[in-house]
Amino acid sequence: MLTFNKSYSILFGKFMSWDYVIKRFLLFLAVIFVAVTINFIIPRLRDTNPIEERLYQLAAQGGVNVSKIKELTAIYEAKYGLDKSVGEQYLNYWNDIFHLDFGWTIADRTPVINEIMRAVPWTIGLLSVATLIAFVVGTVFGALLAWPKTGNFVKYFVPLLMTLSAIPYYLLGIVFIYLFAINWGVLPTAGAFGFGVKPGWTLEMITSVMWHAIMPAASIVLTSIGFWGLGMRGMMITTMGEDYMKFAEYKGLKDWRVFLSYGVRNAMLPQVTGLAISLGTILAGSVLVEVIFAYPGLGNLLYRAITSNDYFLLQGIILFIIVSLGFSLFLIDLVYPLVDPRINLEGGENG
Amino acid sequence: MDKSKLLLSTILNSRLLTTGIILFLFVSLFGVVGGWFIDPEMADVGAGYPSQPPSWEHWLGTDQQGRDVLSDLLLGTPQTLKIGLIAAFVGVGIGTIFGFVGGYFGGKIDVLIRLLSDVFMTIPGLLILIVIASLLDIVSTTLLGFVIATFGWMGACRVTRAQVLTMRERAYVQVAKLNGVNDFEIIFKEMLPNLLPFIAASLTGATAGAVLASLGLSALGLGPQNEPSIGLTIYWALHYGALIRELWWWFMPPVVVMILLFLSLFLITAGLDQIANPRLKDKI
Repeated sequence: MLTFNKSYSILFGKFMSWDYVIKRFLLFLAVIFVAVTINFIIPRLRDTNPIEERLYQLAAQGGVNVSKIKELTAIYEAKYGLDKSVGEQYLNYWNDIFHLDFGWTIADRTPVINEIMRAVPWTIGLLSVATLIAFVVGTVFGALLAWPKTGNFVKYFVPLLMTLSAIPYYLLGIVFIYLFAINWGVLPTAGAFGFGVKPGWTLEMITSVMWHAIMPAASIVLTSIGFWGLGMRGMMITTMGEDYMKFAEYKGLKDWRVFLSYGVRNAMLPQVTGLAISLGTILAGSVLVEVIFAYPGLGNLLYRAITSNDYFLLQGIILFIIVSLGFSLFLIDLVYPLVDPRINLEGGENG
Repeated sequence: MDKSKLLLSTILNSRLLTTGIILFLFVSLFGVVGGWFIDPEMADVGAGYPSQPPSWEHWLGTDQQGRDVLSDLLLGTPQTLKIGLIAAFVGVGIGTIFGFVGGYFGGKIDVLIRLLSDVFMTIPGLLILIVIASLLDIVSTTLLGFVIATFGWMGACRVTRAQVLTMRERAYVQVAKLNGVNDFEIIFKEMLPNLLPFIAASLTGATAGAVLASLGLSALGLGPQNEPSIGLTIYWALHYGALIRELWWWFMPPVVVMILLFLSLFLITAGLDQIANPRLKDKI
């Protein structure tokens, strides 16, 4: 479909392929559409009124007084226009989402979006740091694994990497908490900072945050190093077979030059793409690790929403994650052809 | 040449695959055969004194509600495997059909299928499953398997479609077509057999994904609560603070069983990938 005209400069040619941009944008819209529609339909598959039911459940636990329930139910019903036709309800739903209006939490009636915004920095902070560390360590390690001059002992790390990469990170988290926090008591069990530490940009707070992040970050890093390492190793092996590698070697370049400038640099591109995608999907990736470590990010907020049956909070979080994730993947799709000229603009012909 | 012998030797030649299969059989046998030797009532609430450490009577101790941990584990492992296998077979089945239809017939239907699979790939499945599970009561492990399958078909669809696209142009398919063999026969007799290693790799990959999803859902308390499963055991352990109370015999065994299961599936997938794409051989 895309006719590539050689008279354009490569950059210009890629940039001007509106066909590609439009296709990617339509995909983004389709993702949002499907997510919103699923979120709209599922609650309506039930024949009971979920709002009232949840509120009564809360009341049964003694959390909310009964007179408030009627009031709350009325507020939510009016908000959702449950007396109107399904079509109208659906349009209203979209309207609210455009205004980032996800309703209020049932527990304390704060706007859902505020709760989300308070949790997001924790998730992004923890996950981006952990992802970057795993990426750097894994990539370097993977490259060394494929480098013939590294020495034979590294071979024995491959099974270890494979084993680690097969473990879901929250399971490793459970093991870590037991060993380091409870058995040996060297690291804090849970939370993002210590009790009695005042949040703010103080040294005490910063060290406390870092101290608390060690275990959750380590469980993510250790379980994902294998993914980066094995990927890099594969790419590096392919690169080693290229003629320019032999050329560089015969030219008499120093080993580390051949390794870094010729090997690693050429094998890196798919890794960078993978990193972009991992960073783009960060918000979705940490639900259980945050639950295990009681880390105050989005995943933990989601867990709170589930355990307290806070349906608006739950839907708000999930829509928020999907929209931001879809958008960042769309951005990556746009930037990627600039980074890797070999990218196939037809989009996924090769699967 | 005997086909089954060839298959067997291919499998035995791949160290990854054999290790993976042995490990997988070990975990499944642990659950299935182990289940014959225990009294299912031991996994009921109140079968023993609560929170007891391992003893001669309860090899892995008891949990907060007096369930025998070992019995719970033995009954839970096959259920967890069942969820994974149902989701994988349904998902990969759907994916293979979609991939075939898209790749073989092309045109508008192909565009639609590709769009659908791209959309489902972008949406984080676990999150949608959380919405579904928290609003609709999932009462049985079978149902959970089916629900998870809705997010487990895209991988198989992509692989199948890509393979069908290249196969469609190959000589043996063209010859069959020119000989007037109908589409149905070409798909089943000429193409499907060549796809089997890819389908098998998708199956193990999808099983791992489905077990992971079911474990996550159950550990969050969103899975079936009346049938034992590993995820449910982890949920109760977290719920009752087993970690803080150092009841290691309660939360460690399910973690270990799951790690072994994921490792076995990972090894099988990697081994099958090697067989399907021989060029990967020295990569993994």
